[in-house]
Amino acid sequence: MAQDDHSGTELAAADSSHAVQEFAGSTGTAVIPHDAFENPGFEPHRPRVTDEDPRREKRAQRTVYTLFYLSILGSVWAIAAYMLFPIESNDVGAVRLNNMFIGLGATLALLGIGFGAVHWGKTLMTSAESIDIRHPISGSEATQQGAVEVFRQADEESGFSRRTVIRNSLIGALLAFPLPAVVLFRGFAPQDQIPVELLSHTMWAKGTRLALDPSGVPIRAADVTIGSAFHVIPEGLIDLEHGKLEEKAKAAVLLMRLDPSELNETPDRASWSYDGIVAYSKICTHVGCPVALYEQHTHHLLCPCHQSQFDVANHCEVIFGPAKRPLPQLPIAVDDEGYLIAQSDFTEPVGPSFWERH
Amino acid sequence: MSTATTRSTTPAKRSFTAGASEYINDRTGIAVAIKGLGRKAFPDHWSFLLGEVALFSFIVVLISGTFLTFFFQASMAEVHYDGSYVPLKGVEMSVAMASTLDISFDIRGGLFVRQMHHWAALLFVAAIGLHMLRVFFTGAFRKPREINWVFGFILFILAMAEGFTGYSLPDDLLSGNGLRIIDGMIKGIPLIGTWTSFLLFGGEFPGTAIVGRLYTLHILLLPALVVALIAVHVGYVFIHKHTQFAGPGREPTNSVGPPILPIYAAKAGGFMFLIWGVISLIAALFTINPIWNYGPYDPSPVSAGTQPDWYIGFADGALRLIPPGWEFVWLDRTWSFNILVPLVAIGIFIGLVVAYPFIEAWIKGDKREHHIADRPRNAPTRTAIGAAGVTFYAGLWAAAASDLLATHFSLTMEGVIHALQATVIVGPFIAYFITKRVCLALQKKDREIVLHGYESGRIVKLPGGEFIEVHQPLDEYERWRLVSYESYQPLMIRPNARGKITLGQRVRASFSRWFFEDRIAPVSKGELESGHDGHH
Ligand code: HEM
Ligand code: FES
Repeated sequence: MAQDDHSGTELAAADSSHAVQEFAGSTGTAVIPHDAFENPGFEPHRPRVTDEDPRREKRAQRTVYTLFYLSILGSVWAIAAYMLFPIESNDVGAVRLNNMFIGLGATLALLGIGFGAVHWGKTLMTSAESIDIRHPISGSEATQQGAVEVFRQADEESGFSRRTVIRNSLIGALLAFPLPAVVLFRGFAPQDQIPVELLSHTMWAKGTRLALDPSGVPIRAADVTIGSAFHVIPEGLIDLEHGKLEEKAKAAVLLMRLDPSELNETPDRASWSYDGIVAYSKICTHVGCPVALYEQHTHHLLCPCHQSQFDVANHCEVIFGPAKRPLPQLPIAVDDEGYLIAQSDFTEPVGPSFWERH
Repeated sequence: MSTATTRSTTPAKRSFTAGASEYINDRTGIAVAIKGLGRKAFPDHWSFLLGEVALFSFIVVLISGTFLTFFFQASMAEVHYDGSYVPLKGVEMSVAMASTLDISFDIRGGLFVRQMHHWAALLFVAAIGLHMLRVFFTGAFRKPREINWVFGFILFILAMAEGFTGYSLPDDLLSGNGLRIIDGMIKGIPLIGTWTSFLLFGGEFPGTAIVGRLYTLHILLLPALVVALIAVHVGYVFIHKHTQFAGPGREPTNSVGPPILPIYAAKAGGFMFLIWGVISLIAALFTINPIWNYGPYDPSPVSAGTQPDWYIGFADGALRLIPPGWEFVWLDRTWSFNILVPLVAIGIFIGLVVAYPFIEAWIKGDKREHHIADRPRNAPTRTAIGAAGVTFYAGLWAAAASDLLATHFSLTMEGVIHALQATVIVGPFIAYFITKRVCLALQKKDREIVLHGYESGRIVKLPGGEFIEVHQPLDEYERWRLVSYESYQPLMIRPNARGKITLGQRVRASFSRWFFEDRIAPVSKGELESGHDGHH
């Protein structure tokens, strides 16, 4: 390993001929030209201004230590900022200032060291390049032979390839022993639940009132004017002790009222709406985002995640985007007190598709 | 280390450093390593810094993340928020969200560390991506570095996984929505999807387990893997010695650059502080992931126009580009091709990325070690393939912002999606074609310069009245940079030992023709001599 440019030239050149042999290997389809140029060797070393002009050298030195002192200043500043900008309770502005001044102090501390060290390296450190000689990664022929010999001997002494029954039974045992660990993964979810059943039902049931999301106040049919849209949850959801979000993730509904003449309802679902009021699952049938951008004049619903669009007038059929299935419809009616209620649960699983769904 | 090895007979006079290094070396034998590595040459080029940016930002991620662990609580138990941020006071949220708000609003400097962590994470993934592109376009993945390419690739995947798991921890509206999408995608996988999602979330989505589980991945399993792989990856950079660009005195058999001690250490060490300083500056001035604006996760509220972290964009974009109707019920089971196709397409894409070094090696049949980095133009087909890949990725990535594109430029959603579908399918071919032509043109230009010199811009009138532009000839050092590359020719099909032409041979030959038929060879000595004679 030579340290210096000039002496390195000869050394590298002298060394390279034998090294080229060391590196021999099939050249494949590479074209090895006969009269290619030869490497001219290293360029003559060019001194930098700081090498030649002592005043410039002095100046570089000053710059470097000034930067390091600035860094110390930055650290002190950051500590001072920690104390000078406390977070007074309830004041978001104070948080901003605290963040900014601590951050700027830290920035100065870091950049000072960084610029200083780089400048030192570039202007003042002796600039000679090192030259390393590369050797083939595979190591020498003897080393490779040695490794082969180690394996051969180990095989011989253990009888690993000779005693095939032992070997094969060991391989079998090694394959089998991790399997119990795989089984443990069943415990990742409750033992007494089956996903397909859970995915097929929601909190909606016959008579459950439709309530406003998030307040939980039941909705009267009379309050739903034409053109309006409501975010809806089942009444009682907000009082659940457990599983509130899980239920909400399935039961969230959008309620819209259209002019009944604009609704193209199929005969079997004509009784699922009430006077132009329709309720559809809010959970996108693509991968499950809440579909809740309602465009009143086109009666289109847009999912913000991947822009699937559903046509409310036509049972929420997909008109664009990656979703395939229409949003499931919740059959609704009105109870004696004029509140909107569900006629039943959804008649199909809501939300993203899954393998067992049909 | 000479101080440590030459023992002074008068201990009283020895410096403290000498004594300390002797003490340590006597117990560790570290002198061997320092002697061996301390003056190792490290080739220099700006593009070689990208890997360092990744390394240094990862250090920030590790340190800032460790600080966060002292305050963050990965629990999904519901609480009523009672911290300093008034608009959310009394709101029901998970402990994870509340503790993240506390880090932001109730711990001095907490927001700063949190923003450092997030910004450093974004930079980390970006730097890995650019580093990968550098390695690709300079052919630095060739023998003996193919396996290190694979390690680097795994690091890229792990970095994205770290990012996604981290993004999900605060349990705010956006992170929950991100998980909802993952849940939906998993459910769409045939056979195992439903159960995988069920087990992952510990029951129905969202459940109360997922944040804790992701936390274990985020701060234990994934970082351990990343740290171990970084060690192996960088270790191999030492063992292989860094590639270098062609230059005077640089041979395939040497490695030329400033020595590790002191110049490289000063520059790289300084550079590390610069990266840290930049991350700190950004964290001081720019808000990232203001979860207090989003609120806690709730499956119902809408969040239009919000984006995942940038490195997840391509996957989200791929989902958006699927045309309507790609889902069927068949054999009484649901086949969600609207989810499978993006997954498989991305799988094939990243599969090609990781396999590329092996494919190129097979086509070339070149078994030598390569330590001179290619200039991208000198490997036109590879560079063009890279450009095609980048275009494909960029198309998917742009698709993740399809709604913003549409609203921003007042286009229809359908129009934007169709344009992006075309970009993803046709774009790579166009990019391939243009890049290849540009590379070949640049190679020809290089040949021109070697043969006739630089155009000096000076016009002179010859005695005969003719005007010519004076060309400045190259010196031998400049010339060497332009002529010292290897070119390959298409493979000739030859029968093997048994007189047969195998199918493998045929495939390899046609790939080889595709790669190398437009070969432009470097100027040879003979050409230069005759070229000169012929011209002036
Ligand atoms: C490759 C590395 C990593 C990446 C890409 C990454 C990324 C992220 C991201 C994007 C977040 C969301 C932060 C936010 O709220 O804005 C996060 C949160 C977090 N990360 Fe990391 N991280 C990495 C490694 C680590 C490590 C090594 C630790 C700890 C040893 C850690 C600890 C945490 C903690 C405690 C949080 C939650 C606190 C919070 O959200 O404020 N991370 N991470
Ligand atoms: S989740 Fe609605 S379009 Fe993807």
